[in-house]
Amino acid sequence: MKRRLLTVAALAAGLSVLVASPAIAQEEASAAPQWLVDNLWVMIAAVLVFFMQAGFALVEAGLTRAKNVANIVMKNLMDCAAGVLAFALIGYAIGFGGQELLGGWLGFGLGISGVESTTADGGLLPATFFFFQAAFAATAATIVSGAMAERTKFKAYFVYSLALTALIYPVVLRWTWGGGWLAQLDVPFSDFAGSTIVHATGGWTALMGAWILGPRLGKYTKDGKLRPIPGHNIPFVVLGAFILFVGWFGFNAGSELAVDEFVMPIALKTLVAACAGAVAAMIVNWMRDGKPDVSMAANGLLAGLVAITAPVGAVETWAAVLIGAVGGVIVVYSVAFFDRIKIDDPVGAISVHGVVGTWGTLSVALFARYDDAFLGRENAGLFYGGGFGQLGTQLLFVVVHFVFIAVATGLLFLLIKRTIGLRVSEEEEIAGLDVMEHGSPGYGLDPGIPGAGGAVGAPAPSPAPGT
Amino acid sequence: MKLIIAYIKPFKLEDVRDALKAVGVSGMSVHDISGFGRQAGHTEVYRGAEYEVAFVPKTKIEILVPDDLVWPAVQAIEKAAATGEIGDGKIAVLPVEEVVRIRTGERGAEAV
Repeated sequence: MKRRLLTVAALAAGLSVLVASPAIAQEEASAAPQWLVDNLWVMIAAVLVFFMQAGFALVEAGLTRAKNVANIVMKNLMDCAAGVLAFALIGYAIGFGGQELLGGWLGFGLGISGVESTTADGGLLPATFFFFQAAFAATAATIVSGAMAERTKFKAYFVYSLALTALIYPVVLRWTWGGGWLAQLDVPFSDFAGSTIVHATGGWTALMGAWILGPRLGKYTKDGKLRPIPGHNIPFVVLGAFILFVGWFGFNAGSELAVDEFVMPIALKTLVAACAGAVAAMIVNWMRDGKPDVSMAANGLLAGLVAITAPVGAVETWAAVLIGAVGGVIVVYSVAFFDRIKIDDPVGAISVHGVVGTWGTLSVALFARYDDAFLGRENAGLFYGGGFGQLGTQLLFVVVHFVFIAVATGLLFLLIKRTIGLRVSEEEEIAGLDVMEHGSPGYGLDPGIPGAGGAVGAPAPSPAPGT
Repeated sequence: MKLIIAYIKPFKLEDVRDALKAVGVSGMSVHDISGFGRQAGHTEVYRGAEYEVAFVPKTKIEILVPDDLVWPAVQAIEKAAATGEIGDGKIAVLPVEEVVRIRTGERGAEAV
């Protein structure tokens, strides 16, 4: 399972050489079909990860109100579209580029054609690796839109999204998968598919965004009492969770970056962890609140997936079930916690991706049985006699990551707040962002004039008055 | 002629319609509404946070009836909409000055 690190090395070499000989490529194809198979699988996995964008769009649309549905899906669309371009222009080179490329600070979009190389060098083509990484960058960015839903200026969000994929997320990449200092520690970090690198980056950015924005109007009464604002389409939420579930098999099993005997067990561990997360969240939520909330069970499914993302290469299947289940339990209490401290996260992104992502990353240090190519040894987990070394590294990793993201995105959001403004006006928030930000409602152009076909698109009355 | 307005539990609409048809009522209007009466509201829980549902969903029906059908219709609604539980609803009977059937121009009881 050394392939990931080897690929990064090969990629850096490929970027530096920038020589592609079709004749050599042909020879390799016939001599070593394995690299073609590897590339094919990682491309398919990357497509699955891109499809997760649809899942995020649906989950976030479902958990917010009808009057803001076009705005939230627009944010998802631009996180993906603008995010990929920003990552291509700048971010990718920061994350993975070699020193030789103007100090590694310029991406291939500015005239460096390494990514078009057809020399696979026994591993992934640069294009394959870029495609896979671009899908991850878009994922990190789009996690945030749900937490900042229903009150953020679109222009402000767009600027944030570009900055995250161009500058902030790539720094995390550089330190980790890019072979930076966290990979060079005596006891190197392990985050197989990105519980922290991808998900907690989105989750902690969501925390800073939601905190600096403040809660939606009507989420708390004047005397500070919590008044939930239910989402408008629970089937969207569950459909979106299923799409994310499917996409995650690309996210985790694709992160092997090759086709080998570890891919299928990784998919299996992803499957059982997600199911355990959903069931555990449902049971805890049911016992705690009297009824099994559908969106909370969906959050539990996603929590199971986020939790298993880091340890999936290193742990046994029983541990995957346990790690996913703990993720599901954490998310129920975490959502209630952030509600209580008045950080308004309509979709639970901070809990699912930030808090549970951190749990997943730490769980590696407890349950690691196998070498996942990051750990460099078997039985690294505390419960397998691996000692506290890995726990120390994982703790350092999540703390440094949290501080970096909190400071970088905190400054970014404050800067946006000072300049273009972060939040829409009170009037706009009440009327809904769809019409005020984008010109037409999410559900039909009919403005709901009586007799004109009805108020199909009119927002349903909310149980929280004044919102 | 009278206008009968009844507020009933939504799931009783089918029973009430059947009962009204049985006594000879030939048409009705139906609205989905929300409101509160003695039943007041109740609390629900969303993603672990309790909230108050201040308005309960109800169905409002309106029927125009000739004088001889007023009390049979009221009794039919009363019987069909009853569950004995709180929140069964109310029936109001209002006088109607005139009714016009738009297509034919008929007036009064003929138009009902």
